Amino acid sequence: MVLQSLYFSALLLATLSGVPGLAGSARGGRVASWMLTGSALCALGLAGSVLYGGLAWQAELRWALPGAHFLFRGDPIGTFILVPATLVPAILSFYAEGYWSDGAHADTAPGLRLFFGVSVGCMILLTAAANAVLFLFGWEIMAILAFLMVTTSDQDAAVREAGWIYLVASHTGALMLFAGFALLALGTGTGFDLGPMRPGFASTSAGTAAFLLLLGGFLLKAGVGPLHVWLPGAHAAAPSHVSALLSGLMLKMGILGILRIIAWTPDPPLWWAGLLTGLGAASGIMSMAFALGQKDLKRLLAYSSIENVSVIALGLGLALAGKSLGLPALVLLGGAGALFHLLNHALLKPLLFMGAGSVMHATGTRDLERLGGLARAMPRTAFLFLAGAFGICALPPLNGFAGEWLIYLGAFRAIQPQGWVWAVVTLASLAVIGALTVACFTRAYGIVFLGEPRRELGGPAHESPRSMTGTMAVLAGICLFIGLFPAALGRALQAAAGDLGPGLPPLGGLAGLGALTLVAVIGIPVGLAAWQAIRKSPSSRSITWDCGYAAPTARIQYTASSFSRMLTDAFRWLLLPIERVPRIQGLFPRETRFQSQAPDTLLDRGMNPAASFVASVLSWLRFLQAGHLPIYLLYVVLTLVALFAWTLQ
Amino acid sequence: MIRTLARPALLLLAQMVLTLVLAPLLPGIVNKVKALFAGRVGPPVFQLYYDLARLLRKGAVFSRTTTGVFLAGPAASVAVPFTAALLVPMGGATAPVSFAGDAVVLAYLFGVARFFVVLAALDTGSAFEGMGAAREVTFAVLAEPALFMGLATLARLSGGPSLAPMLTAAGQGWRAAGGPLALVLTAWVIVFLVENCRIPFDDPNTHLELTMIHEAMVLDHSGPPLAAVLYGASLKLWVLGALVVKLCLPHRGTWWIDWPAFLGGMTLLACGVGVVESIMARLRMRRVSQALIAAVVSGTFGFLLLLLA
Repeated sequence: MVLQSLYFSALLLATLSGVPGLAGSARGGRVASWMLTGSALCALGLAGSVLYGGLAWQAELRWALPGAHFLFRGDPIGTFILVPATLVPAILSFYAEGYWSDGAHADTAPGLRLFFGVSVGCMILLTAAANAVLFLFGWEIMAILAFLMVTTSDQDAAVREAGWIYLVASHTGALMLFAGFALLALGTGTGFDLGPMRPGFASTSAGTAAFLLLLGGFLLKAGVGPLHVWLPGAHAAAPSHVSALLSGLMLKMGILGILRIIAWTPDPPLWWAGLLTGLGAASGIMSMAFALGQKDLKRLLAYSSIENVSVIALGLGLALAGKSLGLPALVLLGGAGALFHLLNHALLKPLLFMGAGSVMHATGTRDLERLGGLARAMPRTAFLFLAGAFGICALPPLNGFAGEWLIYLGAFRAIQPQGWVWAVVTLASLAVIGALTVACFTRAYGIVFLGEPRRELGGPAHESPRSMTGTMAVLAGICLFIGLFPAALGRALQAAAGDLGPGLPPLGGLAGLGALTLVAVIGIPVGLAAWQAIRKSPSSRSITWDCGYAAPTARIQYTASSFSRMLTDAFRWLLLPIERVPRIQGLFPRETRFQSQAPDTLLDRGMNPAASFVASVLSWLRFLQAGHLPIYLLYVVLTLVALFAWTLQ
Repeated sequence: MIRTLARPALLLLAQMVLTLVLAPLLPGIVNKVKALFAGRVGPPVFQLYYDLARLLRKGAVFSRTTTGVFLAGPAASVAVPFTAALLVPMGGATAPVSFAGDAVVLAYLFGVARFFVVLAALDTGSAFEGMGAAREVTFAVLAEPALFMGLATLARLSGGPSLAPMLTAAGQGWRAAGGPLALVLTAWVIVFLVENCRIPFDDPNTHLELTMIHEAMVLDHSGPPLAAVLYGASLKLWVLGALVVKLCLPHRGTWWIDWPAFLGGMTLLACGVGVVESIMARLRMRRVSQALIAAVVSGTFGFLLLLLA
């Protein structure tokens, strides 16, 4: 009973967190933050009991809807995801008090806070929902609230368009899930209550269709390419703390769905794993190529989110392959690696989006070609963004490395006659993605925070208030702690990955997470000692030498475009950049400019033209949309009558 | 108890002292070989030691554009190879620190160094250093998979992802799996030369910034930070060289054979680098990525060959 009350307290506190602020009190933001913190504490208590104490819980309530009832089940996978899904929003809410304050945004702040809280409530619901109708209920509300939050600044046409694309994509995914869950009901034999499929169902045509529909719906939410088209625009358009919520957590609800599919399927066919690994590898490399072509800091971070869910998909592909091939070590390492990476990304990406928000707060722009040298004006933001960038590159000793390390270990375990394809694809793509990420984030940090400003900004940049940098510091501290002591999560990972298949070996025997602590304990002091030693040497200050320039200007610096030029050229066939190359004529050419931009190839050259074509073909159906309510009610009645007639026959 | 601890402690001490003391000798040997080829006397073998001592006595000049990250580059370029040296087996069959997955840690540690060196370069706001940084991150995209394909091959040979058993199995396995190992060796030599900015991929001696990769990134370092960069580069040469040498070196199990054999191997490797630098010209920038693709392909072929054999 205690566990149930903890869960429902978390759910209610989060859902209602925005309500007190609606009255117009000045303290609404602070109340919401503390309510979300309370929700996070409940979730932590729950996680301690379920993941470390091995307890489980269930709650059931009636619901008048046919096929539906309120069935909640607290399993380790859901509980593992519940922790970041409550903890990070609490931190983001404190950040939002400074970033999107009631004073500066009186018209939107209270509503945004309400949507924020309810969408967190929806995520809490999704982590434990064990009935398909209940799950879809939470899923739909979350999607609609995300749309409302993305379009907060809807006076901007680009924001409206991004919100529209998000809404379409999200409903396409929901439709796939409706169909997928309906087919799944054939396999579970428990109606719309979710649970394991019977053996053999996965290989039937209904099982195949159910898998493809569910995978499609979940991947669309997770943003794995080529189903990512809605993601960059939506993440760039939303206020930064909302982008952080979308990217850090809502994408992970798609991953949660895929984890559930793996857990429910006792005998997945091998091609499921092939599909997931193939998509993960292709989408990971593709997204980094696009990230390197971006000049908008938030779009760059959005593409990096696609890369991270792709890495998670690689881990899940390994787990599925292990389940098909009967290699439990693969299931454990792939699954635990995916879960760990999910947690790490849920902490690191919000940190980076908060950094981006801080930069926009200070300079009013997120255009990389205009920024530069911010580290001197805003040292705290710079340092925390650096921590996030370092972590997202999956470099030791921050947390990002530990998760990818488990996936690497899984890939090495797959080097066997049956599983070697997974080993080659996972190892090679992770290595390429890793190097591309370093390129992408040295570019992001180096261009925004180092060097000199590349264009004149409106005014001098200033450091953000402590409420913003302080909350970023909390997140960075959690990341550092997990990076230094990843073994502390060993039992939780074991418990959560244990849901994915029966008879998994102990994690400690396959991957000694404590060894990472040892490496960090050796490496960090050596690095700090070297840094101290050279810092203390006598020094003088001058201009950048640059091989003898007497008066260097900011315009001769490398820019965001020139830094990634070699890599974007290598991916030219994919990026299809739009360029305006000036022709230089005569002995004294006039001033001229080179312009280049990399829009999302798939969206702008694939889906948008295709969608316009379909729309023009189907335009004759428009007479159905008359806009009168009674007509729509008539449609509903006619449909119901038709359905009754169908069931009667 | 003391006896069981004495061996690892001795190994740790021997390996770290030899690495830290002897590493700056490698560039000296390379330069001596190059001088011999050119018919010059050349700088003494100990030249880098003299250079380091001189730089450490000097003061540093920092650009007013730079921030704290500028010093993180030199610091990381010393600390990373130092930590990595603990993971690589040198004279013995084991490394001072060895665990399943240490091979991945090794690869990512060098990623840490790259991250900070590139940021230190961008910190100056200089076009040349930005150029070097852009090239560095670009070529790493191909060097990493080449390294990992080699690691996968060795993991297949030894049955696990730990570096010391992997390299020992490789050293013993040349008779049984010579073909795959030769392909891995090819891949790793290319990675070794690229990562250590040697000819034919990069030139540590040129002063033509437009053609350089690594040297262009450290143009603005001076005094003790420059000493850290140079010393770190020699440590990196030593650690990555140890990977290549151990790949080829059979393991006998007696320290008075294995350690001299390892040191002899390192000397030979340095001489080999010197010979390559003397008889080859620098490749055009476009060719560097082609050579790296060849390394990836070679490593992948090695893996497949071993798997199907």
